[in-house]
Amino acid sequence: MENLDNLKSATLEQIAAAADVKTLDEIKVAATGKKGFVTEQMKGLALLDVEAKKAMGQKLNAVKCEIETALEAKKQELAEKELNEKLKKETIDVTLPIREENIGRIHPVSKIYEEVVAIFGEMGFEVADGPDIEDQFHNFNALNTPANHPARQMQDTFYIVNPESDNFDDSYVVRTQTSAVQIRTMEKKQPPIRIIAPGRTYRSDYDATHTPMFHQVEGLVIDKTTTFANLKGCLYDFVKAFFELDNVPVRYRPSYFPFTEPSAEMDIGCKKSKTELKIGAGDDWLEILGCGMVHPNVLKACGIDPDEYQGFAFGVGLDRLAMLKYGIPDLRTFFESDVRWLKHYGFMPLDESSMTGGLSNNGGLSR
Amino acid sequence: MKFTLSWLKEHLDTEASVEQIAETLTKIGLEVEEVINPFENMEGFVTARVEEVENHPDSDHLHVLRVNDGEKVLQIVCGAPNVKKGMMGILAHVGAYIPLFGEKIKVGKVRGVESFGMMCAEDEIGVGTDHNGIIELPANAPIGLTLAEVYKADPVFDISITPNRAECLGVRGVARDLAAAGLGKLKPLNIAKQNSTFSSPIKVKVEDFAACPVYTARYIKGVNNKAETPKWMKDRLNAIGLRSISPLVDITNYINYDMARPLHVFDADKLKGDICVRMAKNGEKFVSLEDKEYSLDDKSLGICDDEGVQCLGGIMGGNVKGCSEDTVNVLLESALFAPVCIARTGRKFQIDSDSRYRYERWVDPNSNILGSEYATQLILQICGGEASKIEIAGEENYQPVTTFIRPQRVKSFIGVEIPEGKIIDILNRLGFETKQDGDKIWATSPTWRGDIEGEHDLIEEIVRMWGLDNVPAESMPKAYFPAQTLQPEQRRVVTIKHELASRGLLETVTWSFTDSKLAQYFRKGNQPVPVCNPITAELDEMRPSVLINLLIGIKNNMARGYSDVSLFEAGPEFFGRKPGEQRLVAAGVRCGMTGKKHWLKDERNFDVFDVKADAMAAIAAANGPFDSARISLDAPEYYHPGRSGALRLGNNVIAYFGELHPSILKKFGIKQRVCAFEVLVDNIPLPRNANGKAKKKLELSAFQPLDKDMAFIVDKSVKADDLVATAKNADRRFITEVRVFDVYEGENMEAGKKSIALSLTFQPQEATFSDQDIETLMAKVEQAAKAKCNAVLRDA
Repeated sequence: MENLDNLKSATLEQIAAAADVKTLDEIKVAATGKKGFVTEQMKGLALLDVEAKKAMGQKLNAVKCEIETALEAKKQELAEKELNEKLKKETIDVTLPIREENIGRIHPVSKIYEEVVAIFGEMGFEVADGPDIEDQFHNFNALNTPANHPARQMQDTFYIVNPESDNFDDSYVVRTQTSAVQIRTMEKKQPPIRIIAPGRTYRSDYDATHTPMFHQVEGLVIDKTTTFANLKGCLYDFVKAFFELDNVPVRYRPSYFPFTEPSAEMDIGCKKSKTELKIGAGDDWLEILGCGMVHPNVLKACGIDPDEYQGFAFGVGLDRLAMLKYGIPDLRTFFESDVRWLKHYGFMPLDESSMTGGLSNNGGLSR
Repeated sequence: MKFTLSWLKEHLDTEASVEQIAETLTKIGLEVEEVINPFENMEGFVTARVEEVENHPDSDHLHVLRVNDGEKVLQIVCGAPNVKKGMMGILAHVGAYIPLFGEKIKVGKVRGVESFGMMCAEDEIGVGTDHNGIIELPANAPIGLTLAEVYKADPVFDISITPNRAECLGVRGVARDLAAAGLGKLKPLNIAKQNSTFSSPIKVKVEDFAACPVYTARYIKGVNNKAETPKWMKDRLNAIGLRSISPLVDITNYINYDMARPLHVFDADKLKGDICVRMAKNGEKFVSLEDKEYSLDDKSLGICDDEGVQCLGGIMGGNVKGCSEDTVNVLLESALFAPVCIARTGRKFQIDSDSRYRYERWVDPNSNILGSEYATQLILQICGGEASKIEIAGEENYQPVTTFIRPQRVKSFIGVEIPEGKIIDILNRLGFETKQDGDKIWATSPTWRGDIEGEHDLIEEIVRMWGLDNVPAESMPKAYFPAQTLQPEQRRVVTIKHELASRGLLETVTWSFTDSKLAQYFRKGNQPVPVCNPITAELDEMRPSVLINLLIGIKNNMARGYSDVSLFEAGPEFFGRKPGEQRLVAAGVRCGMTGKKHWLKDERNFDVFDVKADAMAAIAAANGPFDSARISLDAPEYYHPGRSGALRLGNNVIAYFGELHPSILKKFGIKQRVCAFEVLVDNIPLPRNANGKAKKKLELSAFQPLDKDMAFIVDKSVKADDLVATAKNADRRFITEVRVFDVYEGENMEAGKKSIALSLTFQPQEATFSDQDIETLMAKVEQAAKAKCNAVLRDA
């Protein structure tokens, strides 16, 4: 009996001291293997009487169980230690830079397009398109701007010769205003109409604030009840949403466009300094768009009765909006494809604009 | 349009401040660009005292002065005869800009003596015309004052006039508008009818009354054109940027800006015979007072004598029969010309003048005689002489429009209620004659307004004077649930842009124009679309491909030191001149490396498979059938002939991709390889929406798929795409995917052959495959490949 206790203690000590799995296996053989001391003593049970057999059997089982548990525990401990040592050898310098990923950008003009679409979409407008090359009917005549109208010289027009006609009035033009889309829309569709028409426009002008191509969004509302007051409300709601401000001071100045009457230009309040422009506060005014009630001659040219229908139209420069909202100083740089500019002023591909989720967020891993 | 405050007050009785006037002008639609105080911008001038005067050692008329500007005492050399010790004057410091000389004062040496500034005469700084000596201020004037503190300047207003407000191209029109806005009272005109005792020896005849409804002429004899234009007139003309030339010219210019009434004066002694107003003959010569010769056509209206066209009617005088210093007898023209005729001729010959500008907008048709009387009055006052009776061809009988306005309509159109009495008051102040008639107010417009046609025009006048800011703002009524804002063909362009940007391409926007010298290689067999009047020679054609401007972009970025560039643009390309002969293309270019040198060393050159992937991704983003498109090898010739292709749906090309042709790149000065793609967005079919948006039911197999590899030897000319399609089609039910995992040419390969290794996915449907099933499938693939591609299975 004493012998068994001694053997057990010695074995447990050996287990605790074992340095590897192989030693543990040897200990196991010596204890519970075919010729191990536990097994040997089990064989001796047959010689004992019933009572002693029972007592001795229980004791041997307990010893066996204790040794096996100790072996298992030690085995796990050794395995963990071994893994830890292996992992230690796998150490790498995680401060090294990440893989280069090329993340592209969305051009500010596209971003503003999406913002403008989101805002006017909320007000029930649909987006309409038209061709860049127009005939003079759609670009001028139908917009109450006949051939010798001085307003035609307000806009320096690019012309494209019509090979089928010697008459200059049959020349095509590269559209000077997205207003041409008003006409194409009214030709196709009966009121009520609520559309915006964003797109490229072209005028023969080139300096820091004028480029031969730029972007406009045209708006047109025609129904039986829309008033100048609605025009003011619509545009006020627009600038507030667009600049993401609770309040934007606005003022309207009477102006002139052949296709609207009364016509107006809208200014927004801002603060100008040499280095920055802050929208929404300050004593200065900044012109941002032209607008007015659709001229009866325009409705007539599209076969709509001006005594029954009325509405408004407006035009805003998309590039100009981008410059104002995002602080981009020079219009010419929009069209220069300078990768440094595109990365700096461009927007992350997942930065989508909506009225429900917000117009601009500009998060993202920009590298 | 510019005018000064004193000029405005000639017509307007007002106590309003400059600020009030400016604010009101803008509010009523005469937008103020700028109010200039001419002295405010003149820096470097101060009042100073001459402390000492000594004779110049080397001159008998120059003096050397010691001048005190309040801060220091400067040595100034001065030649003025009136200089004396103790006098107060105006000192121009070094650096001060002298308008008369057009340059700045420098430190100078006058006959060996240094001078650190200049004592000014009146004309040198534009405060007067005197040049006999330097300015002498009162002896008790303080030292160190600025010019603006000494001289009360006449502020200059610069306003922009919209084309419908031609009467405001004269100061009187502006004054009338301000009076109507309640900012003072319009003063009566003070133009007397001249009593004449004799008739003009030169008669007038008009052949074309449509182009010239009224022509008046008055002969004035014995004028002195050497007389001095009065200071007040010179000052006003100078202030608005017109140079004083001679009294006769100054008077016509002045009336042009005062009354928006163009006039012309001939030297009567140079005219031969009578005046005939007629269309020129084709090819008839005319030399303008700017000495430019024009060959006229038969739509150009000439004011002619027996020797031909002497004046291009209403546009510009000629160089032969105008007035000079020695002119004694003149013929004064005051006439009316049709705007259409003026606009056409002005535009055709590209002549701009103040006269043309007014005539093509609107000149009061009943102001011919008035203008003639006004000019005669000034000529007689300034130059003396004696005026004849006025010769008149045609009749000054323009009947202005009478139309009505309904207060109720103002409310339903503008959205604000304006009292009837207020409407009538505004109209009357603007010069309309009104008459009430039930719910209508009839209004007859004044003859100086050419823009009034109907009720909408009157509404504009009312709202303008009522104040746009006094109209309430009402949000758009949300009467209905909005329709989809972007149409499917618009929405997919947005998605394509975001897809391409997320693939690492920078979106750019470039001109729709391009350089025809480069465009010629990209026209794909279409005719060029040249711009008649390009802004520069490099932007003379509507682009036949978006790639041209993207390549220019690459070139410019390279010049800035950036040669790893990925750009894209979604925009139009043009294949004809007519509206609609354009298509929307999403195009991109990639060149250089995928990244800078990196410790993981996975950077590489962009290649054709990057742009092929871009094209397919864009098509997929548009919900297009990117995987059923077949690849043909016929990309346009600006692509590399052996490294490019077209993605097609039937006959429709939906994209081109490939490396660009090196000799095309050379035209741009690009030596690097560039890969490009062009997705023809309009050719991607819109997904059919007949069954709604529901996706196809997901069918999941209970059995594991199995991958098998098969390598084939084929002729080099065989397209991998064909072999893959053949393998797929060998059994469309069980073969769900085929991938190319190796391509090999070269050693151990027969000449003209290559090996293509495929990895095929077999998907069991009802039961697990037996070995026999798999062998059967592989045999099917082998047979199909042999039949269609002449492919031989390589030993496993």
